[in-house]
Amino acid sequence: MSSLQTGWQQLWSIVGKDLRSELRARQVWAAMALFSALVLVVFYFAFDLRIENNAAVAPGALWIAFVFASVLGLGRTFAAEQEHGAMDRLLLCPVDRQVIFLAKLIGNLIFLGVVEAVAVPLFAAIYNLPILGGQLLMIVVLGTVGIATMCTLFAAVASTTRAREIMLPLLVFPLLIPVVIGAVRATQSLVAPIVNDPPWPGLLVAFDVIFVTLSALFFQFVVED
Amino acid sequence: MNAETLSALAVPAEIDGRMPVEQSKAVVVTRVRKAYGLRPVLRDVSFEVAAGQCVAVLGPNGAGKTTLLRILATLTRPAQGSVNIAGYDALHEAHTVRRLVGYVGHAPLLYDELTARENLLFFARMYSLPEAESRVDALLARVGMRSRANDRAGTFSRGLAQRVALARGILHSPQVLLLDEPDTGLDEDAIALLHELISERQENGLTTLLTTHTLERGLLWSDMVVVLSNGRVAHTGASAEVTLPELRALYASAGRSGR
Repeated sequence: MSSLQTGWQQLWSIVGKDLRSELRARQVWAAMALFSALVLVVFYFAFDLRIENNAAVAPGALWIAFVFASVLGLGRTFAAEQEHGAMDRLLLCPVDRQVIFLAKLIGNLIFLGVVEAVAVPLFAAIYNLPILGGQLLMIVVLGTVGIATMCTLFAAVASTTRAREIMLPLLVFPLLIPVVIGAVRATQSLVAPIVNDPPWPGLLVAFDVIFVTLSALFFQFVVED
Repeated sequence: MNAETLSALAVPAEIDGRMPVEQSKAVVVTRVRKAYGLRPVLRDVSFEVAAGQCVAVLGPNGAGKTTLLRILATLTRPAQGSVNIAGYDALHEAHTVRRLVGYVGHAPLLYDELTARENLLFFARMYSLPEAESRVDALLARVGMRSRANDRAGTFSRGLAQRVALARGILHSPQVLLLDEPDTGLDEDAIALLHELISERQENGLTTLLTTHTLERGLLWSDMVVVLSNGRVAHTGASAEVTLPELRALYASAGRSGR
């Protein structure tokens, strides 16, 4: 078996293990989905959302809901392994650290995908924005990759500290600013297109490529002593 | 599953299409140093272990036993010095060394939401083992866990979980087995099983490094003892050449110098 095949098999085994564990424990998905729905509802009541300011506020509410839910839920993915010390056992296996990182990232993308499948239709309904479609899906996917990548890397960093619940948002929020700005503006352009707006989806692709590449490279130094 | 089937399964894992290198020295530790912050944990630790030997690494709490085993397992990098496992450099060929080393710690480190069988199958996939299912079933039977194979690990007592952890440690037929206080919390039956499994595999060339605070057990099970004191090797020699009272005196002296 080639090392590529081995890595591929190991990657999906880790993803399968994480999904199976979550399906049985039901700790993360339900909490993340409920939390993002609550953020959307709270924002709806907190702002006076008339037709004219809906386009300015609603996309921000959507992405803040995703970011908060991600930090809340994805921080658990490494914390659970560290609490049981199981991360060490995984690191003892002949598995490339990049494979472990990509597997954790794919797992987190699936977690976030489920949350977004609940939150996006709810968002379109309560903010009365008929923007469900291929373009919104593309922006959600691009923004989600950036958020999940940063959360996966820094969840690994935070899991080695004592105050991991506080450390993760402190570490990850500043780094997510470019992705959040890009994703919010790209979503706003679907609601109310602006002439001469920068190519936000293209910038999101660039952020994703940079984040995924650097995170996969740095992950080894984060998890190894 | 009988012992014959098990020993048939106990074929060393292939590494990049090659069989592991046969070495007379299974473990060579040379002038290893490690510090956590400003506190030195290991200071110029050196010793050699011949293939097929069982070595008891003894010492009071804080002597550096766990750090030493973590370095041998490639989980921690030494600040200085070198570690060679079966002819491979543990620093620069860590990926290969991981295939050769099995590790059983004092905590079972199982995934609570998975069953015993699923836990072992997951690790079998991590090691890309052939005939994973039959290998896992054979080992579960060997450690007396066949009837609990499909129960979640989170429901096991510490002793039962440690049996599964032991099966996981030898799942990939390692050349070197590192046991970090594996007897903690085990009943007499489980300790006897642990000894049986080590002895069986030693006959096939398995090298074992064992840390324990039970000096009698360490002396009885081992061919060689290494006593660590405050991060230094205070004594190394054949187990047959040291008596239990002498070992107790060495251990007590190591404890005093560590304070």
